[in-house]
Amino acid sequence: MNGLIGKKLGMTRIFTESGESVPVTVLHVGPCIVTAIRDQESAGYDAVQVAYEEIPEKKLSKPVLGQFKKNNLKPHRYVREFRSTPELVANYKVGDELKADFFTEGEWVDVSGISKGKGFQGVVKRYGFGGGPKTHGQSDRFRAPGSLGQSSYPSRVFKGLKMAGRTGNDKITIQNLRVMKVDAENNIIMVGGAVPGAKNSLVRILK
Amino acid sequence: MSKIDAFTAAQLRTDLPDFKAGDTIAVHYKVLEGEKERLQTFQGVVLQRKGSGINSTFTVRKVSNGIGVERIFPLHSPNISGIDLLRMGRVRRAKIFYLRERKGKAARIAEKRKVEPNQKNQK
Repeated sequence: MNGLIGKKLGMTRIFTESGESVPVTVLHVGPCIVTAIRDQESAGYDAVQVAYEEIPEKKLSKPVLGQFKKNNLKPHRYVREFRSTPELVANYKVGDELKADFFTEGEWVDVSGISKGKGFQGVVKRYGFGGGPKTHGQSDRFRAPGSLGQSSYPSRVFKGLKMAGRTGNDKITIQNLRVMKVDAENNIIMVGGAVPGAKNSLVRILK
Repeated sequence: MSKIDAFTAAQLRTDLPDFKAGDTIAVHYKVLEGEKERLQTFQGVVLQRKGSGINSTFTVRKVSNGIGVERIFPLHSPNISGIDLLRMGRVRRAKIFYLRERKGKAARIAEKRKVEPNQKNQK
């Protein structure tokens, strides 16, 4: 077990002891409860299933609610699994509560989230293309993608060529963000730098 | 925003004097020169205060050898060892960028008259 799920609250800054200003993202992590243990015998792989954010019973469908009731757990909004090794999985049992002190200050984490959806965007925004020339008598091609390929060979457009289209709303992982602050009481951690997704969106934090 | 503000509240400075645009202040700022730390003083007129909470900054302008110099400080930075409020200016707006176009006599700011001690609406 090497991660938790949580929510992005937003960004702010903190000052280090040396007076440096560091931009941080405030994440609400946990309390997560362990809802199931997967091992070779029962599932064919080793993982810990955790749930986050308590909600009223009426917000869940009966089959999902049954998964919580089976173990006498309170219903939660999000349920996710973390793949792990048999040795680590053995440390947890159903009903365990994991809080923000799961992380320690100074360690490095990877944070995944769903990036903000941008809708249908051109290649300049989507892939950082340079667009066309702005001067020397140019018109109508300031943000154009340029040539899509050659003529006689290959005489077609290659698959996977970068073109305009739906942008954002993808799963993005930012690696190696430093945990700047852990507030176990409020279940808050602050990581240096930005994290994908909108405020209040679900994030997955991996040690 | 308020939710996040609560977690940075501990870092806010309350020891600094209250100042506004138009005031003349001296900022004592810690600078690291190699190994040694020393205080640098930047004295000038406050052009603006900006932002809220931990993100607030202020801009100080001075004219040094005939060249205007402006510096932006984060208000809650631990590198600010102190601020002296030298003179309260009477200005009619919160951001006094018009000062940049003025030189010499025109760049003066009238001093704010002291509030009488027995006046009702004193702080």
